[in-house]
Order: sequence, then structure tokens, then C-alpha cells
Amino acid sequence: METTDWIRDGLRAVGGSVLTIALSIANFALFVLFLVALVSTPVLGLGLVLVPAVTALVRLRADAARRIAARHGVPIERPYRVRPAEAGPIGWQACRWILTDPATWRDLAWLVPGAVVGLGLGLATLAIPLYGVQGILLLPLWIWLGTGSYGYGFIWPIHTVSEGLLSLPQGALFLAIGLAAAPYVRRCDALFAALLLSPTGNARLRARVVELSFSRADTVDAQAAELRRIERDLHDGAQARLVSLGMTIGLAEELIGRDPESARKLLAEAREVSTTALVELRHLVRGIHPPVLAERGLDGAVRALALTMRLPTAVESDVTERLDTPVESAAYFAIAEALSNATVHSGATVAYVRIHRDDDRLRMEVGDDGRGGADPGRGTGLAGITRRLGAFDGTMTLSSPPGGPTVVTMELPCVSSSPRTTLSSVTA
Amino acid sequence: MRVVIAEDHALLRDGLTRLLEAFEFEVVATVDNGPELLPTLREHKPDVAVVDVRLPPTFTDEGLQAAIAARGVVPGMPILVLSQHVEPLYARELLGDRRGAVGYLLKDRVCDVAEFVDAVRQVADGGTVMDPEVVARLLDRSRPLDVLTAREREVLAEMAAGRSNAAIAAKLFVSEKAVSKHINGIFTKLSLPPSDDDNRRVRAVLAYLNA
Repeated sequence: METTDWIRDGLRAVGGSVLTIALSIANFALFVLFLVALVSTPVLGLGLVLVPAVTALVRLRADAARRIAARHGVPIERPYRVRPAEAGPIGWQACRWILTDPATWRDLAWLVPGAVVGLGLGLATLAIPLYGVQGILLLPLWIWLGTGSYGYGFIWPIHTVSEGLLSLPQGALFLAIGLAAAPYVRRCDALFAALLLSPTGNARLRARVVELSFSRADTVDAQAAELRRIERDLHDGAQARLVSLGMTIGLAEELIGRDPESARKLLAEAREVSTTALVELRHLVRGIHPPVLAERGLDGAVRALALTMRLPTAVESDVTERLDTPVESAAYFAIAEALSNATVHSGATVAYVRIHRDDDRLRMEVGDDGRGGADPGRGTGLAGITRRLGAFDGTMTLSSPPGGPTVVTMELPCVSSSPRTTLSSVTA
Repeated sequence: MRVVIAEDHALLRDGLTRLLEAFEFEVVATVDNGPELLPTLREHKPDVAVVDVRLPPTFTDEGLQAAIAARGVVPGMPILVLSQHVEPLYARELLGDRRGAVGYLLKDRVCDVAEFVDAVRQVADGGTVMDPEVVARLLDRSRPLDVLTAREREVLAEMAAGRSNAAIAAKLFVSEKAVSKHINGIFTKLSLPPSDDDNRRVRAVLAYLNA
């Protein structure tokens, strides 16, 4: 580590401890407020307003602690249950939601011990370097001015100037120890916070169930809509054309004896209709599962796609092996959607696709040199990608500052999401 | 003219055989799977082979792979590849050896019997026949061959479809002389050095596919 690095980290940690001390003091106030809110519940229904309001403050405070802990290398997930649809910002339903969530009580249990640990460790983090600074700056001065019975560090009291000057190296040592230890002390604080502020195994499972129900509902909806579209396309397209084809040929059969010329015209027409039906079927098939994807896998299909993109598109990929069909398909359509967004909206001149596999994670990046400013909230394209990937526990992140460039990063677990892997990822 | 047909659907295989025999082709062998195709081609050395891209046992692109492999063994063996869908990527791979005598068509084109038989003959004669859909999908892009004029791009598209100068002239309603002027313009702009004309046409089409 560079010499300046540990000094900077130390200073940052000392600064953090000042913040923690201030916040810890607020803990006591919050604790008292919460108790008041609880007690006041039977009184005039005051609690129906107070409990949600104070809880919001407590959660704000706990979230601050989680953020600080994350900064010191201890990430803590939010444990709270999702607010039910019928619960408003205040009132009975909101109270019920809050009071039945174990995370509320764990937050409450944390407030006072968290404050005590925070104050203790915070003051320690602050005191040691400050004592060092005192040794370096103040003591030689005081001794020079002839201040009497006073001491520093291991020398107590100081009799002579030369003894007083010894406080200088001692002060430097205290300062160094204080700065070097500060980040570790902060980490201890963060680990303590993690004890009560992180979700229990139960809460984690619960959150996972909620997440899975949402993504399953999304997937089922999307699939139903997709099947409906296919049914309609077949019904109005190929099926109708085959009926007309049969009719035309039947008519030609009737006419062939007495009016061969008309029969010939009808047959030519029948051929036209069959060609149109084939074109429609081909488009439909490409939308369901592109044949080139079945034939060549993700790598080949994306290369084939890039070749026909309106934007010149470079493809880099180290995934030559075949993946599970559903994963392959989700990945392909996500990339296709991202590329088509780049073509239509970005005003870019070139685009690129990078596909990389890290053991069991497939990482895909689609970027362009366009004007940026893409908004995942607008339009259905990016939402569609999120939904497609969500069914496989995949994720999408978008970076698109105004002025560009836009980069869509997508990740998919490569092993299909079997119950076994799902459980192990929860308990991990 | 001796033909080998590789197609796994019995209906289509029989249909193709009947169709080609009606036009005086001699179907010397038919194959219904990928692994048998290469040995059959090596054994019969047909004047032209008509091959489906997707064949058993994997039902991926075995026909295409076998065609490319066969041309590796017997350079320039004329092969017409048929498929339910066309990909410019596959076209590029087929044309990769720059020898011509290659066709890549949608199966739909079989419906237009006269034109299909014409395509088979052209491939047998060493020509290059690309499906209009391949060309259309490439034309859809804005990049490319911006050096070419709109007319030259049209001519190039027709060239890719395997049409002769006379046929192009008729299709675009211009004189044959004008067509050869456009073609020379294309060759110059794509800096294709003079060589025998067919080979140059293939390379122009390749340049088109790679743009």
C-alpha cells in the first residue's frame, strides 16, 4: 500500500467516526420517540400517525448505518417487507405492516446497543489520533512556556525540556497508530451493525419469494401475450392463406377441362399465395426462435444478426459452446432488443456487442457511440429486456449519460435456475 | 446433367427429384442425412448438388457444413444450398472460397419452377446465385458501399442473384452496354483487379456481403 493511502484511509475513518458519534446520539432520541409512539397508540389513535412517522425516521437512520457499513466493506441488505398495496402512508394498515415486520423490532433492538458501541468506538477512533496531535503540537510549546507539573505518554510528570521534547515522537506514534487502526475500528462498528440490521435467513427467504412471485407473474403474462400473438398471426396469416390456397386450387381443378387458360391463371395465383404464406411463417418463426440460433447457438446468431444490422456492429465473444436453450434464447433476444434500441434511438454510427462467460455467469455488453440519455422508464424495450432476463435471475444495468456513450450491461446465470442453485444462493 | 439431392423430408425430396427429372436432370443419388452427404458427393462427383441446410441427426446446419467440406475436398464442386430461411452470414461462408459455382436460395423459390431450374443450371455452369432475400437484408443497411451509386447497387444486387448482363438489362430496363458500364464501375470502385469475369463477379458479391 502507498504511504499516503493508509493516511488517507485513516483520516477518512476518523471523519466517519465523527459522523457516527453524531448519529449515535440521535439513536437515543429515536429510541425514546419510538417508545412514546408505541405507548400513545391506545391514546386517541395518536400512534396510528406517530408509529409510521417514527418508523420512517428509524429506517432512515438504519439505512444510513447500512450505507456507512457498506463503505467499510460490510454490505448489509435492507430487511424490510414490501409495503402491502392496501397500506397507506399512515393508519391502521400501515401500523400492522410495520409492527408485524420482525425487522422493525430488530432495528429497535439495535438503536441503543448500536449507539453505545458507535459512541465508544467512535470516541476511541477520535481520541487516539487527537492525543497524538496534542503530543506533537501543544506539549513542546507548553513546556517552553514553563507550564508546571504536566505529562505526556509514558513520561509523567515532565521535569525538563528534553523530557518534554520526547512527547514529539510519542505523539507521532500515537497519531500513526490511531490512523492505522481507525479503518479497522470502523469495520468492527460495521460488523456490529450487521448483527441486527441485516435480514434474518427467514426475511431473506421471504424477500426472495416475493421477488420470485413477481418475476414469475411477469414471465407468465409475457408468455401468455406471446402465445396470443402467435395464435393471432397464424390465424389471420398462414391459416387464412392456406384456406384460400385450397379454394383456388380446387377452382382450378374444376376449370382445367373447359377453360385451361383461366385454370393456369388460378394456379399462378395459388403459387403467389403459397409464397406469401411462407414469408409470413418465416417471420413468425424468426420471432419465436430464430433458426440461426438453433443452428449456430448464441455466438453465431449474434454474428448473423450483426451482419444485417443497419449500424455497423462489431461482435466479440468467447462463448463458442452451446448454452441451455432458454438461456440462449433470452440472451439473444435481449441483445437483439438492445441493438435495435441503439439503431433506432441513439443516432450512433457504430455499435458493439461483447459476450463473455465467467463460469456460471454470462455477461453481455451492448454499446454504441450515440448521444446517450436513454431512459429505462421510457419505452418498452428496456423494460422488456429486464423482464426477459428477470425470469432467469438475470440483471440489466444501463449507463447512458447525456452525450453518450450508451452501454447496456446484462448478466444471466448460465446454469438454468434449478431449485437447488436458488436455495444455495439464498443461504450463501 | 447429374444431380445429388440431400433433403430429409421425403415429400420434398421426391418433389425435387420429380421436378429435376422433368427437366432432363439425372438424379444419381438422394441422401436424407448429414453424415452420408460428403461420401456420396465424393463418390458420384455430380455436376451439381442440391442440399438442404438443416439435416439429421443434429438438425442444425449440417448440410451447409457438408457443402463447405465437399468443396474443400473437390474444389469448386457446384452446390446449390436450400433453406427455410437465409442468413447473409451463411452466404458469406459459402462464398468464402471465391470459386463460384455456388447457390443459396430459400426453399420457397422451388415454387417458381422455371427460375429454380435456371438457378440449378447456372450453379452447375459455375455461376453464383444468391437469394434476393439475402440481398434485400443487406440493402436494408445504410452503411456500406456508399461509394456506389444507387444504380450500381441495383446492378450489384442483380449480379448477386446470379443474373447475366442481358438479364440485368432486361430487368432494369436499360441497355446491355449500360449494364456492363455499371459493372465496370463497380469493379473499379471496389478495386477488384481484372481477372476472369466470373471470379470477379463473385468477389464483388463478397465485397457486398462483407461491407
